[in-house]
Amino acid sequence: MSIKEDHSRFRDIVKGKVKENFKKYVSQGEMIGKREDEFVKIPLPSIDIPNFRYGAKQQGGVGQGEGQQGDDVGDPGQGQGAAGDKPGEHLVEVELSLDELAEILGEKLQLPRIEPKGNKNIDTVKTKYNGLAPVGPEGLRQFKNTYKQALKRMISSGYYDPVDPKIIPIRRDFRYKTFKKIIQPQTKAVVIYMMDVSGSMGDEQKEIVRLESFWINTWLKKHYKGLETRFIIHDAAAKEVDENTFFRTSESGGTLISSAYKLAQQIIETDYPPNEWNIYPFHFSDGDNWSGEDTRLCIKLIREFFIPNTNAFCYGQVESKYGSGQFLKDLQKEFPESDQVLLSQIENRDKILDSIKDFLGKGK
Amino acid sequence: MANLTPELEAERKKICQIAKDAGLDCFETIFELITYDQINQFAAFGGFPVRYPHWKFGMEYEHLSKSYEYGLSKIYEMVINTDPCYAYLMEGNMMMDQKLVMAHVYGHCDFFKNNVWFGKTNRKMMDQMANHATRIRRYIDRYGLDRVEEFIDTCLSLENLIDRYSPYQEKSTKVEPVVADENRNVEPGMLRVNRPYMRDFINPPEFVKEQKKKREEQEMLKRSKFPAEPEKDVLTFLLNYAPLEDWQQDILSIIRDEAYYFSPQGMTKTMNEGWASYWHSKLMTEKILQDSEIIDFADHHSGTMAMAPNGYNPYKVGIELFRDIEDRWNKGQFGREWDECDDVKERKHWDKKLGLGRQKIFEVRKFYNDVTFIDEFLTEDFCIRNKLFVYKFNKRTNKFEVDTRDFKAIKAKLLFHMTNFGQPIIRIEDANFENRGELLLTHLHEGIDLQPDFMNETLKNVQKIWSRPVNLVTAMEGEGFLYRYDGKELQAHKIQPLPQQKP
Repeated sequence: MSIKEDHSRFRDIVKGKVKENFKKYVSQGEMIGKREDEFVKIPLPSIDIPNFRYGAKQQGGVGQGEGQQGDDVGDPGQGQGAAGDKPGEHLVEVELSLDELAEILGEKLQLPRIEPKGNKNIDTVKTKYNGLAPVGPEGLRQFKNTYKQALKRMISSGYYDPVDPKIIPIRRDFRYKTFKKIIQPQTKAVVIYMMDVSGSMGDEQKEIVRLESFWINTWLKKHYKGLETRFIIHDAAAKEVDENTFFRTSESGGTLISSAYKLAQQIIETDYPPNEWNIYPFHFSDGDNWSGEDTRLCIKLIREFFIPNTNAFCYGQVESKYGSGQFLKDLQKEFPESDQVLLSQIENRDKILDSIKDFLGKGK
Repeated sequence: MANLTPELEAERKKICQIAKDAGLDCFETIFELITYDQINQFAAFGGFPVRYPHWKFGMEYEHLSKSYEYGLSKIYEMVINTDPCYAYLMEGNMMMDQKLVMAHVYGHCDFFKNNVWFGKTNRKMMDQMANHATRIRRYIDRYGLDRVEEFIDTCLSLENLIDRYSPYQEKSTKVEPVVADENRNVEPGMLRVNRPYMRDFINPPEFVKEQKKKREEQEMLKRSKFPAEPEKDVLTFLLNYAPLEDWQQDILSIIRDEAYYFSPQGMTKTMNEGWASYWHSKLMTEKILQDSEIIDFADHHSGTMAMAPNGYNPYKVGIELFRDIEDRWNKGQFGREWDECDDVKERKHWDKKLGLGRQKIFEVRKFYNDVTFIDEFLTEDFCIRNKLFVYKFNKRTNKFEVDTRDFKAIKAKLLFHMTNFGQPIIRIEDANFENRGELLLTHLHEGIDLQPDFMNETLKNVQKIWSRPVNLVTAMEGEGFLYRYDGKELQAHKIQPLPQQKP
């Protein structure tokens, strides 16, 4: 089939195996449409052949629905509004559940299953009604199986008359539901996101953190029912905020990373006793810290508090124009090849997947 | 040829007859039952089973099959404008879906056959496409994949530079009729003389001489200018005059032919989908559906008709407009009397019981294209009823926002998107610019700038074909610019005055 040739040619171009000069036209498709219970887009690389076209932003278009002047309508994406010249075909969008998405992510990155740490599991006993017994309370009598038993007995004993199929159960035929006790380990987990919001973190950097945290949540939620998330922002001082604020705040000023770590420590100590909880602190910054003094304090906190008390301490460094990136180097020097301290460098959006693998690939 | 199951074939016969009885006039339509992978493949090929080898089809295929496999989307129907018409059904769809698709397809077929804008279409395009594929394969064998593919990429980059209306113009070899009218013998540039004895006074010799000179100068200028009139069909112009090798010329002509083949489908997208949806809805609900299928039908139909706040759905606008036209012509809500009536109550209950609706929509499907369709039949009432609005990008909030519900603005925006498919209009102004054999393109600026990075790359591609330096005049952020690419570097010169606006 000739489409296979075209397809492998396309893959080769995208991977940069052939036509090096074409790399500049390759764009990585969107990963997320909307968040939570939403339409989700799968990464799709595409190549745009350049042509004379209008810039999308000046263009606008016609939409339909309620709304006042000034209401947000969402990003129409490329080429909306323009009539296409495709033959008659139409596409229907269907939702994809987060669980399936996590499945896809896991497959794609070959992520190992997470092993909950140590004996932090609290066992819960659940009862499940899935057995049958010849005795039991009348309230649990199961009609269908009782009937089957009676039918079986009547046929085998020759009382069954197909012309007048009356089935009369006797004591022996009755079947009752019974329960079994199942012991389920209940695992609890909390993710504490910390982010540097000092002036040097721009919108693009925050977007990367947002995308990455979405995928991390998706993956962890698959393994821990009732995953909790907490958010801390910091510049020279740290404070706890809600999720919305976390991704929208922009502050200016200096950076004291230790302030966030101290606050995280406080949260863990008050709300999440480490022997009951799986704890995942994630910290994102552009790698600038106020002083070497403070960095040493951070390292001390990681070594003395986070390593013994959490599943893994994760630090992601987002590349920005202004950041020096020194913090990552310091941590690398301090914790080389550590299983407890996971470090990742995220240069741009394309590196998000690699970075997720850095964090979650250890199965911690 | 068709490989329908007996059940489907029985339904097809029934639906075909129902469509015919309803007045639809279709080419013979051949349905094929194919797998999802085949349908993705055909869809990637623009509906055709064979296309020339190119990675863009592979890309399309990957997008379609990925989104199908992840359950994000699937293609229900595909129909090709040829005679006989070919349409595809997907294996494993519900019976109700298959019936809906067939009814929808008969709507498309009727449209393809009868709409005048398809009058010039090659109905044997299936063979033609296969032929193109063979030719390009032969060039690949001879000149190598990389070389041929690179040239195709270049051509595809200019694919949209065609004149969509040119197929409908009779290319006349203009012979101006010589009018010998003694009395009104007025040479161009002269003032009109009613009384012969006054001639020398009204047009004194020096004036005559001056006018003649002026005219000759203009003629000279026109003759030295090439093309004489600005040319919108850039592809054909390059095909005729660019220094290309034979195989390159052939490939360019293939790309052009295919672009022209798909062009009327773009020109009538809203009408075509509206027409097909109108008929599937009508035929399904009145004749075809069984009671048990109603819910599924309603679900599928409303999914197709859904209109997002930030998207234009041709199915929805099309079907609603056709219904609106039918209703208005049934009730006689047209003509001068209707237009001049401004009594709200009277308008609301206006019903002359003319019953011309059906006849009118058939007439509309024959003679109109999207531009004339919207221009003539989009009414203020319609926009209010369908809650249409214009949205635009707000630089301050970095979001697309509702701008206005003003009828004129909506109509203007729709028409703008439909004229030339919302593609910028670029013309060849001069093929001997500055008397150096350079190409001068102008962009008819309509208030929206070209996307700069794409413009630069495309300009380079024009240069690759023209081989001499190329120039493009356009406006960027309110200032006129001339961009020049000579094969080595791209220069931008500010120019005054602003390039001409759309005439």
